[in-house]
Amino acid sequence: MNEKTRFIGQSVARLEDPPLVAGRGRFVADVSFPHQLHMRVVRSAHAHGRILSIATTEAKAAPGVYTVWTAADIPEVPPIDFREGRIERLEPFRQPVLAKTYLRYVGEPVAVVFADDPYRAEDAADLVAIEVEELPPLMAADLPPGEFEPGRSTVAEIVRQGYGDVEAAFRGAATIVELDLAIGRHSGVPLETRGAVARYDAARDLLEVYGAAKVPHRNREAIARMLGRGLAAVHFYEGNVGGGFGVRGELYPEDVLVCVAAMRLGRPVKWIEDRREHLMATNHSRQQRHRIRAAVDRDGRILAIDDEFFHDQGAYLRTHGVRVPHMTCGILPGPYRLPAYRAVGHVRLTNKTPAATYRAPGRYETTFVRERLIDAIGHKLGLDPNEIRRRNAISPSEMPYARPLEALGEEIEYDSGDYIGLLDKALAAVGWHKLQADLQARRAKGEAVGAGLALFVEKSGLGPTDGVRITVDTGGLVEVVTGGASIGQGFETAMAQICAETLGVDYRRIRVVHGRTDQIEHGIGAHASRATVMTGSATHSAALKLRAKALDLAAELMQAPQDALDIVDGVVRRRDLPGGASMSLGEIARHLAPGSRTRGDREPGLTVTGWFTTEHQVYPYGVHIAVVRVDRETGGVAVERYFAAYDIGRAVNPKLVMGQIAGGFAQGLGGALYEEFVYDKQGQPLAVTFADYLMPTLAETPPIEILLTEDAPSPCNPLGIKGAGESGINPVGAAIASAIDAAIEIPGAVTALPVTPQRLRAILKVHGKQATNTPR
Amino acid sequence: MKPAPFEYHAPQTVEQAVALLAELAPLNGRVLAGGQSLVPAMSFRLARPAHLVDINGIAALARCTVAAQHLAIGAGVRHAAFHRPAVGGPLGRLLAMIVRHIAHEPIRRRGTFCGSLAHADPASEWCCVAVTLGATLVAQSAHGARHIRAADFFTGVMTTTLAENELLAEARLPLLPPDTRVGFVEFSRRAGDFALGMALATYRLVGGRIADARLGIGGIESRPRRVSEAERILEGGAPTAECFAAAAAAVAQSVAPMTDATAEAAYRRELIASLSRRALEQAA
Amino acid sequence: MSGTCDLALEINGRHYDLAVEPRRLLADVIRDDCGLTGTHTGCEHGVCGACTVLLDGEPIRSCLMFAVQAAGRKIRTVEGLSSGAELHPLQSAFIAEHGLQCGFCTPGFLMLAAELLAREPGIGEAELREALSANLCRCTGYDTIIRAVRTAAATMRGRS
Repeated sequence: MNEKTRFIGQSVARLEDPPLVAGRGRFVADVSFPHQLHMRVVRSAHAHGRILSIATTEAKAAPGVYTVWTAADIPEVPPIDFREGRIERLEPFRQPVLAKTYLRYVGEPVAVVFADDPYRAEDAADLVAIEVEELPPLMAADLPPGEFEPGRSTVAEIVRQGYGDVEAAFRGAATIVELDLAIGRHSGVPLETRGAVARYDAARDLLEVYGAAKVPHRNREAIARMLGRGLAAVHFYEGNVGGGFGVRGELYPEDVLVCVAAMRLGRPVKWIEDRREHLMATNHSRQQRHRIRAAVDRDGRILAIDDEFFHDQGAYLRTHGVRVPHMTCGILPGPYRLPAYRAVGHVRLTNKTPAATYRAPGRYETTFVRERLIDAIGHKLGLDPNEIRRRNAISPSEMPYARPLEALGEEIEYDSGDYIGLLDKALAAVGWHKLQADLQARRAKGEAVGAGLALFVEKSGLGPTDGVRITVDTGGLVEVVTGGASIGQGFETAMAQICAETLGVDYRRIRVVHGRTDQIEHGIGAHASRATVMTGSATHSAALKLRAKALDLAAELMQAPQDALDIVDGVVRRRDLPGGASMSLGEIARHLAPGSRTRGDREPGLTVTGWFTTEHQVYPYGVHIAVVRVDRETGGVAVERYFAAYDIGRAVNPKLVMGQIAGGFAQGLGGALYEEFVYDKQGQPLAVTFADYLMPTLAETPPIEILLTEDAPSPCNPLGIKGAGESGINPVGAAIASAIDAAIEIPGAVTALPVTPQRLRAILKVHGKQATNTPR
Repeated sequence: MKPAPFEYHAPQTVEQAVALLAELAPLNGRVLAGGQSLVPAMSFRLARPAHLVDINGIAALARCTVAAQHLAIGAGVRHAAFHRPAVGGPLGRLLAMIVRHIAHEPIRRRGTFCGSLAHADPASEWCCVAVTLGATLVAQSAHGARHIRAADFFTGVMTTTLAENELLAEARLPLLPPDTRVGFVEFSRRAGDFALGMALATYRLVGGRIADARLGIGGIESRPRRVSEAERILEGGAPTAECFAAAAAAVAQSVAPMTDATAEAAYRRELIASLSRRALEQAA
Repeated sequence: MSGTCDLALEINGRHYDLAVEPRRLLADVIRDDCGLTGTHTGCEHGVCGACTVLLDGEPIRSCLMFAVQAAGRKIRTVEGLSSGAELHPLQSAFIAEHGLQCGFCTPGFLMLAAELLAREPGIGEAELREALSANLCRCTGYDTIIRAVRTAAATMRGRS
């Protein structure tokens, strides 16, 4: 009769969708206030130079212009600090909110115009004249360093991680494999550009900031500190967000300017980035060059890896400091045992847009590098690379598996995983042997087709602590207030599902609040694939407490022992008498009202706060297989088939998980074949429109086959959850590179991403394989 | 990315349009047709016309008519008009085959055939068609009409012999003999993108030999052209792999490809040889 | 230099009397002057398709047109897709098939697909893939979008 409805593990429809399909979402560009000023940023047209003068008189006099600022107008505004706190040795490399002395990348903010409409703001911005003494730009991280400023070079940092005796391992190795690999500069590029609207409410002495994303609480703290305001005097509001992918939601100069302006100019200030700006001003990512070598024994077991890489950081260190290159060092070994290891990363500043995190930061890069190495070891020893994987992968019995390596401030300890188990499942599901036979037959007929595989470990669930507050009102409606954030991934629905099942109500009667610093004091936002793990676990904890509180009162009023009661669809009933007396949660809330006589000395309100703390991140893992077809004459690559196997520990909403994997795959495909921020010798960015920065359309993106498993739930949280946000993208570069090698029958051919038609033609010609295939 | 200010004019007749152009072109006035190239250029502020003469309201220009020897495409005729063959026979089929390569449907509903010609992007399919098939372009001004051969029309990247006060009112594509074989191949990074190269081949077979061979290329040099060196090899030859390979080699030899942000000359040279051969094979 | 033009627009059957500069893009006028913010601008140069609306039934990119050019034409935006409280089959299908994540590209896809299915209810798979390649999505990887359109097509064929 009254069956307890399960919500966790169900692919229920999303709560977020109805307004979005009706065009009634509220993205930041949809937010407007009366008398608002529009901000337009004047950006550097030079990659490197010294500012001689900035002429703003003509711009100030232009129609509709309120004022124009340069750095001289905001002397009290400090540079944006690092998200993890002060790191004195890196502080000199922070970006000033407006350029003061130097211009260091095309797109760097130099001045801002405030006008009554965005068209006129842009007209005025055109009138700001910047006189520049040009300096030679440094456009590669592996060139000799240049001068950042007098007395300081462009070597921002050298990051190192490692352990064991690497030299001894190489001396004793039966085989040494060396590769020189590069990942091209690309980034998240969400379909919604950045934006912010700030309004100062003088009556309440409150600065309100709209358009928050990713880490609203953290950004609010930073702005409050930068503006010298108390925390309670600044609030951030997140509405609908058009994708984040790591690049939206960090604190940028424009966000600070909008806040300062709202305070000082006495009018709301709105800034919406345009696409050209976005491609040269929002964080870039991924560009690294790795010189990596492996010492291998006779049986293909890896004895040591020695990696030296150059990380092209761009012009400044932004909120992430050097965390991405540091994580690169820590995460490179992936699923394999590694007796000795050394990684050295040169974090070099160049005259390009600054770089930071983009979905699976450090992992897209290192999975490419590491799996290329596996393929190379296999080739050198005459073994199937999958055999190399079998011989080196960490086994389930070795879990938890710790190494003296770090990422994001904690030691990397794999919680659970059966890597080879999943590899076997993936090979079986895709029909690997038949696939290889079919591809071989097609190659014999002259087609350049091949399959590649990559095995990877992801990371998720960055802690340490999150908390949520759940309240049931007297009507029985449930509100879950989180400090989380939604960038479109279905956060609200996932939290509602967890609360629904744990508490015993329908998920559609649950409202989930996120991105509102005025509704909850603490928040971790949504990044590093942590929301489902951390906020989900906190929701679970709070829901259990709320359930207990409700049943405690119900037990008294229904005169039944607590363990005889259950909550189903928002109603408390006796398990053994489901048709008997009952109380709705709304009724219970009424009994718990402050003035209620039946409350006893219980805390008023059917409301609780629940917390979850974790010591460790969790480590989901997967295997991807790509099948590609190469056109030898044009160098074009088509992905014919793509398969992803992923162990999620436990899926709250399988359809949402698969959506994350599919979306990540498309982005990974972009980075493998199409997307690149290219610069000319003068440091001018060449990919500043969607006609030059090429993202995959439906035509380039094959349907993805997904095998989702729950073989290795995480022991680190009560529901066993691991995250999925970065799972789809992580190994795509590696898998496609491997497939291209197979298609053109040149092992190790692909050493750089993206594999553009021109680059592939060059590879084919070097190996004498550029002619049209003729049937053999 | 908002356009700079301009004054807007919307004539109802060709006479009004050319009168406006006579007056306004010297004042940095331009024609607005489909807008699919001009409007984004204005949004990037790469183009800042002070006046726009919008010809979308001129009914007389929106016609695509079949004359005795040619298809007359008015300035207002959209790309989408060619999805269904605008004329029977090989020409209609060819245009319907090519139009699918032009951007995407919503662009094709607004963008115009003549607008592509006036814009003269080297990678424009219609420019390649006009030159390969020997189109005649009709330029109207306050002084009257001027007929221009397509081969003379394009002078370089985004540059034509159209005067600033002239409206490209009509393009006339010669009808193709009913036994004409046609082949068109283009290579671009993604579906709908600007081509890195394209080849258009048309010929007939008379007594098993190639006759009236036309091989045009686009996206390779600063303007599209017929490759006469290749056509000489084809004319009178047998439609065999050897013949096509020789023609392709002649293309590779004769072209002076562009190097730009998208591709280098050496890549384009080899690409157009392959595409030429494929277009010839497709037509066979 | 340029003053404003009087402009009467009809959007989703409603009449709007406006005064706009000729340079104002149709997308901006729909959003800011008419308050219909469901139409989104993702690139402002006609590549991403997020700004797709129907103009006299034809799918066009509203960032590639000046508002003054739309005088006397019938515009339909995503806000006009549903009939009162009843969702258009595409809207229901997008929800059912998880055809959206962040929702920013969704209005553009809905309008593109609405015209497509109205014109060719029996559209085949290859043509559907080609047609939907017109718009960019950065979240979904497109699988669920095409599935949603297929589902809606089947629903609409079943009804007619």
